Amino acid sequence: MSAVRAALQRRRPRAEGAGAWLAAGCVALSLLLLGALLLLIAVRGLGHFWPASVSLVELDDGRRLAGRAVRELPLPDGEGRERLYFTGNRGLDGQVWHWLPVARIVAESRPRDLVVLERRRWGDFIGRLVAVEPAPDAVAAGAGNGATAWAQLEARLAALERLREARDTLQRETIRPLARRLEADPGDGEARRALAAATARAARLRAAMDETILVLESVDGRRLRQPLDEVLAARRPNALSTWEKLAAWMQGVWRFLSEGPSAANSAGGVWPAIFGTVLMVLVMSLLVTPFGVLAAFYLNEVAHQGRLTRLVRIAVRNLAGVPSIVYGVFGLGVFVYGLGGTLDEWFFSDALPTPTFGTGGLLWASLTLALLTLPVVIVASEEGLARIPDHQREGALALGATRLEMLGRVVLPMAVPAMLTGVILAIARAAGEVVPLMLVGVAKLAPQIPVDGDFPFLHLDRKFMHLGYHIYGAAFHGDDVQAAMPLVFATALLLVLVILVLNLTAIFLRHHVSTRHAAPSRR
Amino acid sequence: MSVRGPIIDFPPEASCFDLEGLSLAYGETPALQELTLRVPRHRVTAFIGPSGCGKSTLLRALNRLHDLNESVSRRGRIRLEGQDIHAPEVAVDELRRRVGMVFQTPNPFPMSIYDNVAFGLRLRGGLTRRRRDDIVEWALSAAALWDEVKDRLRASAWSLSGGQQQRLVIARTLAVKPEVLLLDEPASALDPISTLKIEDLIRSLKGQLTLVLVTHNMQQAARVSDYTAFLQQGRLVEYAPTDTLFTNPRLARTENYITGRMA
Repeated sequence: MSAVRAALQRRRPRAEGAGAWLAAGCVALSLLLLGALLLLIAVRGLGHFWPASVSLVELDDGRRLAGRAVRELPLPDGEGRERLYFTGNRGLDGQVWHWLPVARIVAESRPRDLVVLERRRWGDFIGRLVAVEPAPDAVAAGAGNGATAWAQLEARLAALERLREARDTLQRETIRPLARRLEADPGDGEARRALAAATARAARLRAAMDETILVLESVDGRRLRQPLDEVLAARRPNALSTWEKLAAWMQGVWRFLSEGPSAANSAGGVWPAIFGTVLMVLVMSLLVTPFGVLAAFYLNEVAHQGRLTRLVRIAVRNLAGVPSIVYGVFGLGVFVYGLGGTLDEWFFSDALPTPTFGTGGLLWASLTLALLTLPVVIVASEEGLARIPDHQREGALALGATRLEMLGRVVLPMAVPAMLTGVILAIARAAGEVVPLMLVGVAKLAPQIPVDGDFPFLHLDRKFMHLGYHIYGAAFHGDDVQAAMPLVFATALLLVLVILVLNLTAIFLRHHVSTRHAAPSRR
Repeated sequence: MSVRGPIIDFPPEASCFDLEGLSLAYGETPALQELTLRVPRHRVTAFIGPSGCGKSTLLRALNRLHDLNESVSRRGRIRLEGQDIHAPEVAVDELRRRVGMVFQTPNPFPMSIYDNVAFGLRLRGGLTRRRRDDIVEWALSAAALWDEVKDRLRASAWSLSGGQQQRLVIARTLAVKPEVLLLDEPASALDPISTLKIEDLIRSLKGQLTLVLVTHNMQQAARVSDYTAFLQQGRLVEYAPTDTLFTNPRLARTENYITGRMA
């Protein structure tokens, strides 16, 4: 072994070692940060649905409060600590958060009869259930017994759920079709009578729903009459076993995923936002794929490879760097006001001045995002086309294929995986994009999803909800930002998951296509 | 000193290709200059010469593959069976069906073995499935590949070995029943055994079609070809029956090249 070689081999492991450690350290740090991010939003988001225990707190001045301990901090002057309680009862107190110095708390207990009610208005109630009215006659005398009242409450809630379903079915299957029939033919007497009967039935159902009143009492003795219809959920967290809590947690997560928002987006579920996000991304993919692929085909296969083509290529690449708000402004000006306004004048002039397409909507949002992600698709497709060796093209031509046959039968199938890679990148970018949407069609509240049973079933002109915008709205524009915070984290987690699922779908698709068109064994 | 009017011992009516003063240039760079020669029908003709002498360029001119490249300019004429292949009434895809080509790198398409062979047939359509199956079997047999792949016709063509892939490409070309088969160094990327198989194949095919072979390998040219043309710097130096050219070249330049003493 020569001296040079020996010297090289002495030095190499050391240099490589340090470099390898540095690189591994960077990777580990990135993974750690990513993991910490996901962990944070997962814990803070999912923890929200856990039915935490409720404490009954007595203060040294005799005040009594019931609430959920949220966090504890040292007092500003450094002496002792104070604790934040969520006490609910906005209708009674006007204030749902209480900071209590720990030193002033005389007693803290967790009575099993404390109930937590989620209400449609006024947020949560925390206190005791006194009675359910109108009481079944047999137990009327025993009013004040919390356990009996609780059993009645559960029975009434189940009954209420059945009533709601009956009303919704009536609405959907009888009233709405009849109303449409009348709209088409105002002279249809039979429909008018049937509609009147159905409306009366709906009113009876409504009355039955409004009938039940809960008598509630806060821990400091104030009474409250609460219509049961406004109660979304009721539970006694201190009386729940761990399994029951887990069941309640899963129910909470499910309701978050499947229901619409309530209380100005600071409570309730996000189903319309999930649906809107996914639908918008799908429509965008359908729009951007053909455009991007055809553009890439033109640039790579048809255009004369001269200075102009190079210039166009550079321009396309640079488009990817244009800030998304600029696309939003463009979408607003060109799609919403320009295209949409023209469409309204031509086809929906009888609805004017109320705009149909001349306002933000799902279609315009998808188009804007398609434009935003077009460079990604073009660049990825072009790289896929450029990677196909020339001898494949010549092989097809030498068999007597025309240029079109060569492109369609040999080049396109080989380029499909690269094109799908482009679409994956486009989806990843578009699903997380919020800023341009604010200009071209996202709505803070659009509980009606853009797909329903009314012709033409898919309503691309409607405004829609988006998870990203929902986060923004809930975090900064709610009545009670503090209360909405867990929902913000939960929605953020959901957004990440939705993007993950969309990407995995596309990756699965690409894998499927590439194993069909090419042999993995030799490359 | 190049010699015009090469030694040929076949009558004009036995020629398949007839080149007349063919010159070709990539942009400003000339690749072929004033080439005049005849390629005999149903024989194997080899083009030999140092790298860059234009032999591959010449081969690709014969089925107009240069059409794709806008920078290529051409003068002179190529006749196939008496007809100018650049005449306006000649459809280039039709021409390429008559003049098939096999490339240096095996280039099967990323599809099944069967689909590769059926590719050219499907382009024109009009065949029943049965008939197509028959042609595929015939082509694979003619390319001496049938026995090796008959049990896995649905397998990917890329799962074959390099030599098998090259024979598959030949089968694919044969399936459209060409009159001429152009072979551009068909064995240069293959191992010695696969090379021998390809050479056997070339010999077995020459009764049915005209073969034009470009090769770096002098022994290969000597083994399989009937006529050999030696090109240098885009010009035809010597063109003679293979035996004559290799045993008794007329020019010192030819002799130097074939004996390995390149000037």
